[in-house]
Amino acid sequence: MWTKVRFWTLAPSRLLMGLLFAAPLCIVAAYSLLTRGAYGGQSPPWTFESYARLLDPLYAAILFRSLWIAALSTALCLLLGFPLALFISRSAKRKNLYLQLVMLPFWTSFLVRTYAWMFLLRDTGLINTILQSLGLIREPLPLLYNEWAVVVGLVYGYLPFMVLPLFATLERIDPNLLEAAADLGARDTDTLFRIIVPLAMPGIVAGCVLVFIPCLGAYLTPDLLGGGKSMMAGNLVQNQFTNARDWPFGSAASLTLMAMVMLALAWLARRQKGDLL
Amino acid sequence: MDAVLELRGVSKQFHGHRAVDDVSLAVPRGSLFALVGPSGCGKTTVLRMIAGFEIPTTGQVLLSGADVAGLPPYQRNVSTVFQNYALFPHLTARQNIEFGLRRRKASDLDRRVRDVLDLVQLAGKEHRKPAQLSGGEKQRVALARSLVLEPDLLLLDEPLAALDPKLRRQVRVELKSIQRRVGVTFLMVTHDQEEAMSMADSIAVMNKGRLEQIGPPREIYSRPATRFVAGFLGEVSWLNGFGLRPESIILSADGRPATVRSAVYLGNCLRLELQLESGETLLAETNPGARHTAGDQVNVTWRPEDELHVD
Amino acid sequence: MSRALALTAAAVLAFLHLPLAVLTVFSFNASRFTVWEGFSFKWYAALAQDTRLIEGAWNSLLIAAAATIFATAAGTLCAYGLWKRRAPLLTGTLYLSLVTPEIVTGVSLLAFYQFLFRYLDIRLGMHTVILAHVTFSVAFVVVVVLARLRTMDATLEEAAMDLGATEWGAFFRVTLPALLPAVAASALLVFTLSFDDYVITSLVAGVDSETLPMVIYAMARRGVNPAVNAISALIVVGLGFFILAAERLREP
Repeated sequence: MWTKVRFWTLAPSRLLMGLLFAAPLCIVAAYSLLTRGAYGGQSPPWTFESYARLLDPLYAAILFRSLWIAALSTALCLLLGFPLALFISRSAKRKNLYLQLVMLPFWTSFLVRTYAWMFLLRDTGLINTILQSLGLIREPLPLLYNEWAVVVGLVYGYLPFMVLPLFATLERIDPNLLEAAADLGARDTDTLFRIIVPLAMPGIVAGCVLVFIPCLGAYLTPDLLGGGKSMMAGNLVQNQFTNARDWPFGSAASLTLMAMVMLALAWLARRQKGDLL
Repeated sequence: MDAVLELRGVSKQFHGHRAVDDVSLAVPRGSLFALVGPSGCGKTTVLRMIAGFEIPTTGQVLLSGADVAGLPPYQRNVSTVFQNYALFPHLTARQNIEFGLRRRKASDLDRRVRDVLDLVQLAGKEHRKPAQLSGGEKQRVALARSLVLEPDLLLLDEPLAALDPKLRRQVRVELKSIQRRVGVTFLMVTHDQEEAMSMADSIAVMNKGRLEQIGPPREIYSRPATRFVAGFLGEVSWLNGFGLRPESIILSADGRPATVRSAVYLGNCLRLELQLESGETLLAETNPGARHTAGDQVNVTWRPEDELHVD
Repeated sequence: MSRALALTAAAVLAFLHLPLAVLTVFSFNASRFTVWEGFSFKWYAALAQDTRLIEGAWNSLLIAAAATIFATAAGTLCAYGLWKRRAPLLTGTLYLSLVTPEIVTGVSLLAFYQFLFRYLDIRLGMHTVILAHVTFSVAFVVVVVLARLRTMDATLEEAAMDLGATEWGAFFRVTLPALLPAVAASALLVFTLSFDDYVITSLVAGVDSETLPMVIYAMARRGVNPAVNAISALIVVGLGFFILAAERLREP
């Protein structure tokens, strides 16, 4: 009875996802195995050379840096997000207001939020201007165009992704458990690390993956806040497709980036056994 | 007999599991027919096949003589009152009731809606949304929504299950009186044998996908065809080859000797667990005024016609 | 609740909100530099003169509106179909599109379009951007709408058909009305995602389809310019207002 309805409800998305998402990925997969032509473009012979080039120290360093920056940003998000989520989960009346405050920046443009940090961190930016006018420093500090600026931008951008799943699990913890722990003689820190953190583990894992994945594939943040020395995998891909016009190599980098994302997800799936989203 | 519904050898398989196994029955026009059985016995699947939500694997579903087994729900003149009522939450009571009439482009919509609102005594509450109605009122909207379409057959899935237990007895009487007044055939599914016996003209008992027995309440209670039917409709103590209901046991001086194992006072009766000399146990319900306690010696008897003989 | 926790939470909330607040304040600065010299609307006045910016904003609105309509319609239908019965391949593809880095989605679409253009006489432009935006936002709609469907009572549709509605009738008269809040929420999400996107757009846009984020990006790259603060503040306030209005609509 549902066959007809089902066909027509799924047809638009099947067409769209097949033609404009799956097929393009397949094309990139094919390109990654081809050779770059003399004027750009790509042609046979089929080869794994593009993948081999990713092992070159220059490029391997970029991939490794992506992992490092994403991991560091995720850890900082957890460090900042956990107290905030805990606070919100325990505030009785203003829960919704606080949650909306966390979500509000998420609704405004990511580009604008990244630009805000350029405005704050650059040599003539607000932080340096204030520090100079207070006489604390004479020369502006090199705050922008380094790895730390990228990390700050990523933490700022993806903190809501950490807070929301954390809040969801923390809110479900029965307050009686905390009272029971105190009753049995646990101090606040004992309760935090022996009761709250273990019970919040699903939220911690989900939040970490939700932050780690976009950080790993970040392009705009390192592009605007990082210098040439803090390039990430996303910038490598973009660079190969636009400036260097080496599409086979850019394609290989794309697929490698995808593979890293899938590994992170596979780890989550093993831990959570079930719904990913 | 003029049967509004007839099932002929209907079976339904889900993933290799036989939920309904070769069920045949006929529902007389104008009657209140109850399909009872424990949960998971297949009675709801039978109902869903009649409504058109499931298609039988084999067999025929005849409505007024025509086979409808393959037709979608909206092409069958049957209507369902769902267990949770399934009232559309975004529509008022009146809009819920009008829903089916509008799909059929009925001409005398206002009159029919007014009549049915009077019938179920909901006049004055027709502009409320389901969330603003009580459980009993929701049920009456669901009933009105189906009855207004004048179906050949009204299906009721556990019609009293979602109601407050105190309300149930009252609603049983109301439902039955509405059925008598409108003359529409009701087929209700329930797991509650007391509900079925107090309301239905005929009862069909199902177990593990199969039909065990069909008949009027008195007949299946006093002459059950199988041990399952006997046990499902009331308590039975099985002695050597026959069964006895607790209320059939008579304490009398010239009966068989028995020992009282336990005695529980229930207000309307005294419930005794007895052990006969043969070692068999027997449940008896007696006059609440009697004062037996565990360890007492009594003598019991019963009328031969109260013995339940099954296959 | 301990004081330290409250203070930490307040500090983190400040970290989330101060940068945009400061940016907005300085969009009213009379000086070109990051030193406060007095209140002025001059950077906003400058925006009104900037034809490239206005054209970009207009393009962004058109693209976001079109992408919202198509993605919301396709995604809602898709969620409905998936609610009825599983479709593992499609579901997998949708989830994959959610986790694929934007830059990868962008370059693969670019490669795909270039491949197509060898055989078809079309160019990059508004249509390629709209198609790209619809593609990357469908999965968001599916996730939001499906979550709402999962909380819904499946017997409502059976009741509708029992009362004479066809399959489509049951969908439009019973299920869709109950879904409207989720559909509106997902439309809002698509609109902001589309309006905001720079990474994918910059790769598949043609010469006539420069969007607002592309203009802002170019201005930001060129260096200090309070006009960027002004347009940023407008976007923050504009989108914020849009979201609040939508929240109001959802809670009658």
